[in-house]
Amino acid sequence: MRVDHLSSFAAGSARSSSASGVSRRTFLQAAAAAGGGLLLSLRLPFASGEAEAAGGNGFAPNAFIRIGTDEQIALTMPYVEMGQGTYTSIPMLIAEELEVDLKQVRLEHAPPNEKLYGNPLLGGLQATGNSNAVRAAWQPLRQAGAIARTMLVSAAAKRWNVDTRSCRAQGGEVLHPPTGRRAKYGELAADAARMPVPKNVALKRPQDFKLIGTPAKRLDTPAKVNGTAIYGIDARPPGVKIATLAQSPVFGGRVKRVDDTAAKAVKGVRQIVRLDDAVAVVADHMGAAKKGLAALVVEWDDGPHAKLTTEAVASELEQATLNSGAVAQNIGNVDQAMASAVTKVEATYYLPFLAHATMEPMNCTVHLRKDDCEIWVGSQAMAWVQAAAAKTAGLPLDKVIVHNHLIGGGFGRRLEADGVTRAVEIAQHVDGPVKVVWTREEDIQHDMYRPYWFDRLSAGLDAKGMPVAWNNRFAGSSVLARWAPPFFKDGLDPDTTEGAIDLVYALPNMHVEYVRVEPPGIPTAFWRSVGPSHNVFVTESFMDELAFAAKQDPVAYRLALLDKNPRAKAVLALAAEKAGWGQPLPERVGRGVSLQFVFATYMAQVAEVEVGKDGAVRVRRVVCAVDCGTVVNPDTVRAQIQSGIIFGITAALYGKITLKDGRVEQTNFDTYQILRMNEAPAIDVHIVQNFEPPGGMGEAGTSAIVPAVANAIFAATGKRPRKMPVDATALKQPG
Amino acid sequence: MAITIKINGADRTVDVDGDTPLLWVLRDVLGMTGTKFGCGWALCGACTVHIDGVATRSCITPIDSVGASAVTTIEAIGATAAGAAIQKAWLDREVVQCGYCQSGQIMSASALLATNPHPTDSDIDSAMSGNICRCGTYLRIREAIKQAAQSSGQGG
Repeated sequence: MRVDHLSSFAAGSARSSSASGVSRRTFLQAAAAAGGGLLLSLRLPFASGEAEAAGGNGFAPNAFIRIGTDEQIALTMPYVEMGQGTYTSIPMLIAEELEVDLKQVRLEHAPPNEKLYGNPLLGGLQATGNSNAVRAAWQPLRQAGAIARTMLVSAAAKRWNVDTRSCRAQGGEVLHPPTGRRAKYGELAADAARMPVPKNVALKRPQDFKLIGTPAKRLDTPAKVNGTAIYGIDARPPGVKIATLAQSPVFGGRVKRVDDTAAKAVKGVRQIVRLDDAVAVVADHMGAAKKGLAALVVEWDDGPHAKLTTEAVASELEQATLNSGAVAQNIGNVDQAMASAVTKVEATYYLPFLAHATMEPMNCTVHLRKDDCEIWVGSQAMAWVQAAAAKTAGLPLDKVIVHNHLIGGGFGRRLEADGVTRAVEIAQHVDGPVKVVWTREEDIQHDMYRPYWFDRLSAGLDAKGMPVAWNNRFAGSSVLARWAPPFFKDGLDPDTTEGAIDLVYALPNMHVEYVRVEPPGIPTAFWRSVGPSHNVFVTESFMDELAFAAKQDPVAYRLALLDKNPRAKAVLALAAEKAGWGQPLPERVGRGVSLQFVFATYMAQVAEVEVGKDGAVRVRRVVCAVDCGTVVNPDTVRAQIQSGIIFGITAALYGKITLKDGRVEQTNFDTYQILRMNEAPAIDVHIVQNFEPPGGMGEAGTSAIVPAVANAIFAATGKRPRKMPVDATALKQPG
Repeated sequence: MAITIKINGADRTVDVDGDTPLLWVLRDVLGMTGTKFGCGWALCGACTVHIDGVATRSCITPIDSVGASAVTTIEAIGATAAGAAIQKAWLDREVVQCGYCQSGQIMSASALLATNPHPTDSDIDSAMSGNICRCGTYLRIREAIKQAAQSSGQGG
């Protein structure tokens, strides 16, 4: 998860875009805090040109650390908590260098408290996604903690008229051991604000970490077990009305005729709002709004996509891969190597559109007034929310006040502001605040979907069965080209290709091409594990196919290609060992393996699946070995891997959004199934300990599990799933 | 039509159609937002409350069907022995991620524990498989229920 969704795309890895590349003056400033204490304002990395331009030459802080006279340390920053544990991991970084107990650090809700800090939340590319919050904050937040500590020590030394080197910080206090004097941070904070900001601070050696690497308790959870946590959907500004809506069932269609007589007669219905392509019912409560919506008679003009089908989308992509695309990676000479290969292997793969289906349905509350607009929403991308609302309402950015909330599941859905635009459009017709809540059916049928992908691969093997040529050409939508156009260059973007290029294996001749095809009439968006959600499935399925063609064990085959990649080799060997790879299994039970290096994290998984006679697939057990560099909170790492695996199994076994007559066929959790408690496998997570910079953890588990399950199904049945999700009917035992 | 129901021990009177789902009375009329909306068709369990101790999907429960029964919501479940044990176990085991479904999970789990102090894995599957968690916290939910069962057992 990251503050700047694009920094890792630009830099390859956010860990390189730390404060070291930014002058100290623009990285951090210190001042007296309003109400006493020390206020550090800092700028977390923004690698994109747009964000830099938005900041101009001035110092544009986007995170604040306030050390209060009450000994409380408040951290305000634009990352959002959506369950991934960021509100705990991030304070750990500060607390470690500042030498305070984690309990003293309080992470304040984004957006910042404007009154306290006098700084509105900045625009620019401010978003949480792509497993990047810890990666982006790792260096600058520890530096900020060390700077604050140094200034507090300086303030104490000056007060006591002693050498700073004879003082040290410990447990939220500065100590002067020779004289036994001590002062709490709160007492020193105001003086510290007048100290010079040190130019260089030494960070702790990883061996000396006291907090980082320990399983800290989550800070955001107590309110989530007693009903007091407030999500966007729980916002209740005084006088709020509730609206629900029907959008054109075909993307791009319009409202032709509305008969609202029966709807208006429903008790509690206040108003029907007709837009070009949607109708909303505004009521006293959602029960009345839904009843009113059901009573509404709407005729639609389906527009140009009235006949669109998934098959047509797939066919267009398949055709597109017959022509060349943009070259994402070229190593050696594939054509030559292929010509000399002893064996040739070819395969094509299809990945479906997927909905996010966050448990909190889409919603947004808007109070549009003559000169300004207030928004209550849970978002991964506050800047997009503000911009979308300002544009729709015709207001300047600074007249849009956004209250961010806890997020009931993001997974990429809440990187989009379409729901905000829609809510503002409705609010333009409503006097007073209105909360627009989508039904689950609207949420699934008007999502912005993980793109459909088609991949065409071929490989040449030498006499020993090892790959001498690897060819991959794939077609699908570029989400980044829409979301942040500057990052789409020369037919490529770094998200779409992650996991398809820079593979962990030694492949002497490799050629990867991407053909951008935007499907008509269906919007696409980021989805948990983004580019790798597609690419890792394809590359790891194909690697398995090569091992089979070479008549070799899938783990041994991969290991033989990893001599130059010890971290990848180590996680693969560890996962295989812990999974009991090679040990006998009953009939129609199989193990499958996957290996990836994405989001700056190495991960190997072994899935064990059982395929029933009826073809039903049950994932019994998953073993995961992970090397994500320095682990900030090991319990969060485990939780995120468990979470990502369950999310990925849902996709592998059930996930598909299909179109017929331009309409999404799935409606609710009966037709868009989610893995349930009785289907959840045992999951063993093994963490490789080292002090490399931290890798991302929010998504890696998802991309790794899908090929592991597919490969296990092949091991169990001899049938290889090349079209996701797994088709149980094709796996039925004959006879 | 004015309807009076008993929620968390207090009588509450609301003026809505009798077929209005209890969920919206709780959330929008009474402002008790701890109970969540997920699907509207009893497919996900996010809206689970207790009616006379039985885990019930409030999104398909018409308000006029509640009658004199006692409704308990997440806001008050901590006052019951099973609810308190479940909430504690949820925190001890770090079950929660985004947290949105957890009100419903906790209501289903506490109803299970109140009637079955020592649930087996299969009991847990039966009681909990109606509750979807998109963050995939199932493994920890199972562990937490077992922990709560053990602690309740020791306590009484």
